[in-house]
Amino acid sequence: MSDARNSILTKLRKTRDAHPLTPPASDFAPIEAKQWAEEERLPRIRRLMEAVHTEFLDAAEADWPAVLHEFLAREGVGSLVYAPETEEGKRLVEGWGAGSTALIPYDRPFEDLKPQLFDSIEAGLTTTRGAIAETGSLILWPTADEPRTLSLVPHIHIALLRADALYDTFLQAMREQGWAQAMPTNVLLVSGPSKTADIEQTLAYGVHGPKRLVVLVVHP
Amino acid sequence: MDGNAPDFAAASHAALADPQLRGNFRRAMDGLMSKRAAQFADAGEWTGVRALAASVRLRALSKLPELLEKLEETCTRNGITVHWAATTDEANAIALDILHKTNAKLVVKGKSMVTEEMHLNAVLEKDGIEVLESDLGEYIVQLDGTMPSHIIMPAIHLNTKQIAHLFKRKIKDAESREDAAYLTDLARRVLRAKFQAADVGMSGVNAAVAETGTLCLIENEGNGRMCTTVPPVHIAFMGLEKVVEKLEDVPPVISLLPRSATGQPITTYVNMISGPRKDGEKDGPREVHLVILDNGRSNIYADPELRDTLRCIRCGACMNHCPVYTKVGGHAYEAPYPGPIGKILVPQIEGLEKRGAMPHACTMCNACVEICPVKIPIVEIMGRLRVEAVKPSGAVKGGGAKASRTEAMAWSGWAAMNASPTAYRVATLAMSKLGNAAPSSLPMLKEWTNVRTKPRFAGRTLHDLARAKGVPDV
Repeated sequence: MSDARNSILTKLRKTRDAHPLTPPASDFAPIEAKQWAEEERLPRIRRLMEAVHTEFLDAAEADWPAVLHEFLAREGVGSLVYAPETEEGKRLVEGWGAGSTALIPYDRPFEDLKPQLFDSIEAGLTTTRGAIAETGSLILWPTADEPRTLSLVPHIHIALLRADALYDTFLQAMREQGWAQAMPTNVLLVSGPSKTADIEQTLAYGVHGPKRLVVLVVHP
Repeated sequence: MDGNAPDFAAASHAALADPQLRGNFRRAMDGLMSKRAAQFADAGEWTGVRALAASVRLRALSKLPELLEKLEETCTRNGITVHWAATTDEANAIALDILHKTNAKLVVKGKSMVTEEMHLNAVLEKDGIEVLESDLGEYIVQLDGTMPSHIIMPAIHLNTKQIAHLFKRKIKDAESREDAAYLTDLARRVLRAKFQAADVGMSGVNAAVAETGTLCLIENEGNGRMCTTVPPVHIAFMGLEKVVEKLEDVPPVISLLPRSATGQPITTYVNMISGPRKDGEKDGPREVHLVILDNGRSNIYADPELRDTLRCIRCGACMNHCPVYTKVGGHAYEAPYPGPIGKILVPQIEGLEKRGAMPHACTMCNACVEICPVKIPIVEIMGRLRVEAVKPSGAVKGGGAKASRTEAMAWSGWAAMNASPTAYRVATLAMSKLGNAAPSSLPMLKEWTNVRTKPRFAGRTLHDLARAKGVPDV
């Protein structure tokens, strides 16, 4: 279909050159102006995300695995899939204890874990690269160690958010983390559990993605 | 809808006579308008971000051929296979070719208006490939055997009761329950099995970033993520105008799109895809294809005034605010894109000979222009298309299709009458004396009197009355 390519590009170039267009300058100031004081960011994120049924847990660096352990036991969650090669994955398994929620390492290709992921695993744990105050969004940055289906297929997605990694806007996060220089295979903003209003504008949660999103805030 | 030209007048009359349909749309559009307004309560913020988003789109259009080449280069470097299609037939052939090579039997689709434009589902089904829409609204519409009535909320024309009946009829073991939560969960169960089994996932593209070779997709349900993550092959379809120059150009677009569309601050998922599964990665598709479709867009681009049609980011807010769309609903247009943007886009893609009625289905109230997040002069373009339909410049397919000798003569008569004081005096005098005797069935008068009362002419002209009051003639 390279014929199509060349004819399309030639036509676009010819007609654009016949009638060039001078766009107005892009002034990003209206987005850059959106700023919140440090102590306002987390409460704002929490308020926006709770409004769309996100749940929050608070923990400290020292005890987040215990807080998570207690939450899963309380909610009767039978299994949790996690990334065994990440630092957080390694922390998680230390002293997890038998007889509680089963930990399933995501240590093989998706194809080998697919039936379990879809049919039996109840929850998945991921880290985040921070969150965005303007819209109440988590930044997920899947890697070879932390695959993207961890946050997609299990019914409950638990996301670890470090309370000192908060940004004002999507634009600020992208600039400060230098995304344009190194985009991974997949980046996601996640702002709540899966939802729809396709049936008569009635909000319903848990359509195709996770039914529950739990943000585990790790305070420094 | 192929073959004969769609009859908008007949379809809209039928829609107007359906109180259920009108109620469904009125309720939905009222809700969407107030939710949107709440998101843009800060007028300064709206003005600033809107100007920025418009500049992003205009800058992309100013460099369109270069950015498309750059996008091809960065995508290819990222491992995405790029295909170009001049027509929908070519795009369908590309899709079929990929499906045949991967021996695909089951396709799951995320929402894509470009594939509606291509009638891709019908093409795949004819080839014996099962294709399933996974956006809940699209799934409902597919089960119902109809087409989307809104680009953001495809099943907005149906209420819960109607959907419950549809599911009961079409889904095995469905209970008869008029409960959105139950119906949603039922669709989740059906579709999860399909996501697992699918050979290929398809999606649209909200913005493609030339700088990084990234495809951005926004959605609430997670079906877009499923379609682009779980099956071994992902095919994305985009109209050639969907490119933006830099990654930084994405936040302004994402800031306005969901707020304009549904009044949400952001969609649940903003998904940015920059390639297939890399070595060492455990999931994601093995192949990612991008199909770039022209289908008349390069024609639209050629005209400096009509070019603004291509700024569109497909938020659908113009539909929500359109008094005509709200009354007749999306199906009356019989087009992939209904409402104001449809009325300017579809005639340019499909031609005025087939779609000449669409630019006239407008009161020119300007509501769509006021809320358009990228400031498309929709009403001006609508006016231009009305002119093209009778006085073709050659810029629009099917131009001149509505040209009529009677109408042309009537207007040149009108112009002559208004250009000569004597002719004007004679004509108004004649009208005041004889106008009421003219039958309402006269050829051109009939267009008016079909649906309206014939106006009564006063016995004396305004000039006459003014003169009697002592106002001097100039």
